[in-house]
Amino acid sequence: MKLSTLLTSAALALGVASGAYADAHEKTKVGFVFVGPVGDGGWTYEHNQGRLAVEKEFGDAVETVFVENVAEGPDSERVMTQMALDGADLIFTTSFGYMDPTINIAAKFPDVKFEHATGYKRADNVSTYSARFYEGRAIQGHIAGKMTKSNIIGYIGSFPIPEVIRGINSAYIHAKKVNPDVEFKIVWAYTWFDPAKEADAAKVLIEQGADVILQHTDSTAPQAAAQEAGNVITFGQASDMAQYAPSPRVSSIIDNWAPYYIARTKAVMDGTWESKDTWDGIGAGMVGIGEISDAVPADVKEEALALKASIADGSYHPFTGPLKKQDGSDFLAEGATADDGTLAGMNFYVEGIKGDIPK
Amino acid sequence: MDLSAINPVLFVAGFLVAATPLIFAALGELVVERSGVLNLGVEGMMIIGAICGFAAAVETGSPLLGFFAAAVGGAVLSLLFAFLTQITLANQVASGLALTLFGLGFSALLGQRYVGIKPPRLPEVNFGPLHDIPVLGPVLFSHDIILYLGLALVVAVWAGLKFTRAGLVLRAVGESHDAAHALGYKVVRIRTLAIMFGGACAGLGGAYISLIRVPQWTEGMTAGVGWIALALVVFASWKPWRLLLGAYLFGGITQLQLNLQGAGVAIPVEYLAMSPYVITILVLVVLSADKNAAPASLGRTFHASN
Repeated sequence: MKLSTLLTSAALALGVASGAYADAHEKTKVGFVFVGPVGDGGWTYEHNQGRLAVEKEFGDAVETVFVENVAEGPDSERVMTQMALDGADLIFTTSFGYMDPTINIAAKFPDVKFEHATGYKRADNVSTYSARFYEGRAIQGHIAGKMTKSNIIGYIGSFPIPEVIRGINSAYIHAKKVNPDVEFKIVWAYTWFDPAKEADAAKVLIEQGADVILQHTDSTAPQAAAQEAGNVITFGQASDMAQYAPSPRVSSIIDNWAPYYIARTKAVMDGTWESKDTWDGIGAGMVGIGEISDAVPADVKEEALALKASIADGSYHPFTGPLKKQDGSDFLAEGATADDGTLAGMNFYVEGIKGDIPK
Repeated sequence: MDLSAINPVLFVAGFLVAATPLIFAALGELVVERSGVLNLGVEGMMIIGAICGFAAAVETGSPLLGFFAAAVGGAVLSLLFAFLTQITLANQVASGLALTLFGLGFSALLGQRYVGIKPPRLPEVNFGPLHDIPVLGPVLFSHDIILYLGLALVVAVWAGLKFTRAGLVLRAVGESHDAAHALGYKVVRIRTLAIMFGGACAGLGGAYISLIRVPQWTEGMTAGVGWIALALVVFASWKPWRLLLGAYLFGGITQLQLNLQGAGVAIPVEYLAMSPYVITILVLVVLSADKNAAPASLGRTFHASN
């Protein structure tokens, strides 16, 4: 027997031994990979709330670990590998840019379950999950269209991925519906989290006449910039951002991951976990609409709540025809609704939005 | 495309504000590096300055006290670096990286109570009638005192390095610490003072982000400005005026590309987004093509026994 084979089998034996030892512990280890700091007040904050909910639900039966500020791309593979080597049973990777790294690492650790947020690639041990944020965007668009006086709505985009484009389209469709003169100014920040840059983007949009700012970045900086400028309204993104209520923040989209994280952790404990795709919205409670503040006129608030109710019970779909694409070609016929496949891969603006989507 | 949507006055005023944190941080690092020390902890000292300044301003209600606290906070953190590299002779690169990691974590701990609070506002300096001059007034005479302090500091550092005895000694230490030591200069003491100056400047830059530019406290809010400052010092060939030019170029093009995006200019967004980095590097590289100006002792450890 060669030395290398000897060493390998020794290592294998050790691995088996330590695996058995870990089983004796009976603790389920759940790892979380975060793109920003847990104190961002937005996206990562809510994922961390979900993690804390898992700890609260299962107490000593689980151990959770997390790594924050993990850059999207290759470096995240290092973090995931480390988590898997440290004995994690279930790993949540909570940003779109972790998609390929998650698939790569999952192939190396077939016994570890992975859950990737907002992506579309799955494997036997990789599930995907996301929330139908565009349902909340529809309500924001409605309020924005009703409340803008300059008819210019500023939109801070992060990266040109389907999730963000879907949100822009949904907000635009519903703003346009109540205010045919409305115009969207879209600025791409190319970051999920950079408060100074997000604040600059908000200021630039305000200087160019926007009196409503929608954001698809993670920090509360645009809220602070809007507050500073005065007479501008904003919406909380990913988290309630209630510290900026009642104005500039007039409502919000709140991501509620806790029930999902608890259910998936339970499934790993019970051994019933299997790969699947989850995409829930307002109806299932994964997307919450933060309280609409008194800065919004009562009739607009009522309409917004009615819209929310109709989306929640399924009687209305935010992408309902007739709708055309930006280039004038047909998207949805009268009364037709977009299917999930189209929504998941959405890479075009609807008719009326100016500018090109960066490739 | 609607270029008329861009207001040039607001644009220029905006980029002066955007460039200021970079000017402070890079200027401090310039002095540190001219003394022969490479401190990669700028990001960490900035974020500590951001939270110290924010907390002090909120607690006392005075933004100026906040900036003072930020300078003190940054300088105190830099003392840790000075202790590691000047007394225990630890590796400067590793110590600097450690300082950044420590600063990011420690500031998150300090800042937990301050999320979502609005800081007191620092008023504009009152220039009287100057403020009413069309165009020039809003661009040049409608800012807070700290922005002008940043400009004054560039002049002071340039003049100090070029014309004063202290500046000459500092440069001597940076070029050849053995020669400076042989002449009787206290190399470690001079470098420690330079490191503290760098820490105080980085702290001011951080506080400018949390108190003026954003204004709020969020974990990790400096988001890499410290690293850009480090790069800027090198590309500016360790010269204050080039550093100022680089900071304005970077701040200006960053603001310009956001403005152009908002106005719907038909340049692909990818090019706009990378333009601040590319153009700043290009201009400064061309400017510094003449000679290599790095301090000769940069990053080398000094001990009197050598």
